[in-house]
Amino acid sequence: MPAEEATLRSPLKRARGYGSAKEGVQHFWVQRVSAVALVPLSLWFVFSVAQLSSENFPAVKHWASAPSVAVMLALLVVTLFYHSMLGIQVVVEDYVASEGRKLVTLLLLKFAHAVGAAAGIFAILKIALGN
Amino acid sequence: MSSPAPQAKPLPARPLSPFMIGPYYRPQLTSMLSILHRITGVGLSVGAVLLVGWLLAIAGGAWTYASFAPHLGAWYGQLLLLGWTWSLLYHLCNGIRHLFWDLGHGYSIPVVYRSGYAAVAASLLLTVAVWGVAYAR
Repeated sequence: MPAEEATLRSPLKRARGYGSAKEGVQHFWVQRVSAVALVPLSLWFVFSVAQLSSENFPAVKHWASAPSVAVMLALLVVTLFYHSMLGIQVVVEDYVASEGRKLVTLLLLKFAHAVGAAAGIFAILKIALGN
Repeated sequence: MSSPAPQAKPLPARPLSPFMIGPYYRPQLTSMLSILHRITGVGLSVGAVLLVGWLLAIAGGAWTYASFAPHLGAWYGQLLLLGWTWSLLYHLCNGIRHLFWDLGHGYSIPVVYRSGYAAVAASLLLTVAVWGVAYAR
């Protein structure tokens, strides 16, 4: 086609489709995948916790140590922290102009998200498996 | 990696892109719901810390939980939980709106407004439903 002949972009660049960000649509896509996963997970969570609102500690612990609940909680924590990191990253990239401060902020936030997710998984495992 | 930056020449005093909502741009449902999506998203990231705190309190046993749970039942805890409930449900409903846009649907102005009002209404109804379940117990 004439329009394609007129461009200076190489076919390889078009085939890779990475663009100036060098990562293509990876961030966009995983943000959507985690968003779709969080729709059922977070609806399940808020309505489950609402039903637990007036329960005492043994009932809450009994609920959280059921295998199906522990698996759902683990999925929720991992997906939530992943989705949160992707979203917070965009906010930082939008508002922190200095490259150095942006890098440091993003590193600290990524570590904080990893710590949060790891602590959540540890707690879920301890509730479900520990005595 | 990119090539090293050339020695900086003093930049001409060009206008920077301003934050548009406010003096330059009349607030509208569309822009307000957009910034609200981001604000609730950041708030929910903070709420994720509370979720982990709650799980750690359960894992810590009855005594740890007994020092954590009363804060959730206090007026400030209930207020925060109400805010987080609505933030989550608004972010969820408006997120579904975004997913439809990603699929290429709903870009006409009347539909954008209708879906905006629908996302707000659905988030409020779902919040009432969740708290209805909580207080009916």
